[in-house]
Amino acid sequence: MDAFTRLEAVAVPLDLPNVDTDRIIPARFLHKPTGPGYERYLFHDVRFDANGSEKPDFILNQAPYRAARILVAGDNFGCGSSREHAVWALHAHGFRAFIAPSFGDIFFGSCGKNGTLPIVLPAETVAGIRRQLHARPGATMVVDLPSQTVTGPDGARHDFAVDPFRKECLLTGQDEIALTLGHEAAIAAFEAKRDVESPWLVPGKRA
Amino acid sequence: MSVGVTMFDKIWRRHVVAEGLGEQVLLYVDRHLLHEGSGAAFDRLGGAGRRVRRPESCFATADHYVPTTARVAATAEEEIRGMVEGLARHTAELGISHFGLGDARQGIVHVIGPEQGLTQPGITLVCGDSHTATHGAFGALAFGIGSSEVEHVLATQCLWQKKPGVMRIRVDGARPFGVTAKDVILSVIARIGTAGGTGHAIEYAGSAISAMSMEERMTVCNMSIEAGARAGMIAPDETTFGYLEGRPHAPRGDMWERALAFWKTLPSDPGAAFDREVALDARAIVPTVTWGTSPQDALPITGRVPDPSATADPVRRASMERALSYMGLVPGTPLTEVRVDRVFIGSCTNSRIEDLRAVAAVVEGRRAVVPAMVVPGSGLIKRAAEAEGLDRIFTAAGLEWRDPGCSMCVGMNGDVGREGERCASTSNRNFEGRQGQGVRTHLMSPAMAAAAAVTGRLTDVRTLGALAGGA
Ligand code: SF4
Repeated sequence: MDAFTRLEAVAVPLDLPNVDTDRIIPARFLHKPTGPGYERYLFHDVRFDANGSEKPDFILNQAPYRAARILVAGDNFGCGSSREHAVWALHAHGFRAFIAPSFGDIFFGSCGKNGTLPIVLPAETVAGIRRQLHARPGATMVVDLPSQTVTGPDGARHDFAVDPFRKECLLTGQDEIALTLGHEAAIAAFEAKRDVESPWLVPGKRA
Repeated sequence: MSVGVTMFDKIWRRHVVAEGLGEQVLLYVDRHLLHEGSGAAFDRLGGAGRRVRRPESCFATADHYVPTTARVAATAEEEIRGMVEGLARHTAELGISHFGLGDARQGIVHVIGPEQGLTQPGITLVCGDSHTATHGAFGALAFGIGSSEVEHVLATQCLWQKKPGVMRIRVDGARPFGVTAKDVILSVIARIGTAGGTGHAIEYAGSAISAMSMEERMTVCNMSIEAGARAGMIAPDETTFGYLEGRPHAPRGDMWERALAFWKTLPSDPGAAFDREVALDARAIVPTVTWGTSPQDALPITGRVPDPSATADPVRRASMERALSYMGLVPGTPLTEVRVDRVFIGSCTNSRIEDLRAVAAVVEGRRAVVPAMVVPGSGLIKRAAEAEGLDRIFTAAGLEWRDPGCSMCVGMNGDVGREGERCASTSNRNFEGRQGQGVRTHLMSPAMAAAAAVTGRLTDVRTLGALAGGA
């Protein structure tokens, strides 16, 4: 996994609340292979018209925001379907950090597993940052994971909370499965105990 | 003084394998359900040279991409067919039970887990699908996970998790005539909002919940994710045990007695503290439909399309305006005057036998005036419905009777509506484009969807008896 430490990049504001993962990547693209061109599916039905041409009013299609790597969203960003493809499509387009007042839980969890950082800030703060980004298209922001701070376009710094486990994984680009396999003895002991305490869950011992 | 423990905490504590940094714990997973969308996880696992830790704890079925007509004919595009075939190949290689096409037990993953008795009280169960909360109806801790987590569970049978808060939603009182479990959960979501349960597991309680059948409880828990919660659960009781007894994977004999004794210890203790509590009066619930593009946009069928200009919050107003424009609705229109073009009855929310009976009761002796399809949740449900003659009632009423799968709930198999069409649907999401690009979805109960099929508009099923042809 990519590590995440510090990111200074253009940020794009997305004002709508409840942006669901169906909108981030429609279901009909979920069987498409990831890899070159995958970014094409991101926000597909709001980004392109029926002929496949860009809709100029969609903010990601506007020149100053094209290079954005930070997305500043509304409430409940990434709600709905568990599809990790939503994170993959955002990642393919270049996004590495997401800032919102709240996120869909599964989306939030999947971000960290793909080297991207979801950040929760108070609704007022996020709305203020979005206003600045509209007023100064193409403005940059800084996301610094070691110090857990976001610097807005106006230079104001905001602290954010991050789970220490997730932080460690992101900073080091840790392979989580390898980490868990390091607990092999504990898992094996747990299984032995569970199979005795709840034998009906062991196939072949149901009766 | 002893402090009461919630059902959630009892199950959580029992499954902690190790503690990690901060508040993360390594949580053991008893059952892992898989579907053909899990292909990428299998590929990555194999690519990293890792093995499946406990194949006997994994169960797979094909549901999202399977065709619901012309089962044998290779109608689907090659990439889609590859997903279904890939699952069959991966599971065969790895020794994982698979209910594939051609197996009568095949069906929607959240329908067949309970049907096979795989879903049991007190277990942890995960699946790479957000509606995994359905299984919580049995007093299990069940939640949806992303593709990376699917790979993690395959390799380790565990997940790193931070304990969520626990929220109790009490629904008390008797449901009035015509009010279903779907109306209860839509009303809950309308009340707390689509982010209302974020960061929480929900325990549904109260007399209206205990009075529900298992199938109704599954409908309620299923839509926990639409309220933002990853998990929804209901305390196991005699209804739960009655449903489970004799199912293929349920314990038997002495083992049944042992399991039962344990299951009875699971309900939350009296006095257990919840992080949040919400209460609803079932007697005040009315058959409900959604008007917008978020499940929280739900209103009693007796209502009117809302007017955004009456909303003070500018963000909410803008999102309502956008939703109404997508839905092609005019504020102030009575909901019962909204015409529909198509009806979908199915999905893991409402495709079980009781749902199909409710549909048959409404359409019997009537005629659908718009295209309508009924997609059972599993092959066994399909058989049971046919044994009861429900299929003949459907086809006589002009409804299409399909093979089991997710179908038009998500449209991945090509079952979609046309741009601009309005669909009355028993599924769980009315997001933009969910049932096909530009398709407008109204969520409702099976009885209400059946009523819409025979009238061609959103209809209060309670008034249908008075219509011509009514029973
Ligand atoms: S029926 Fe719909 S919600 Fe349920 S698993 Fe299938 S696609 Fe998901």
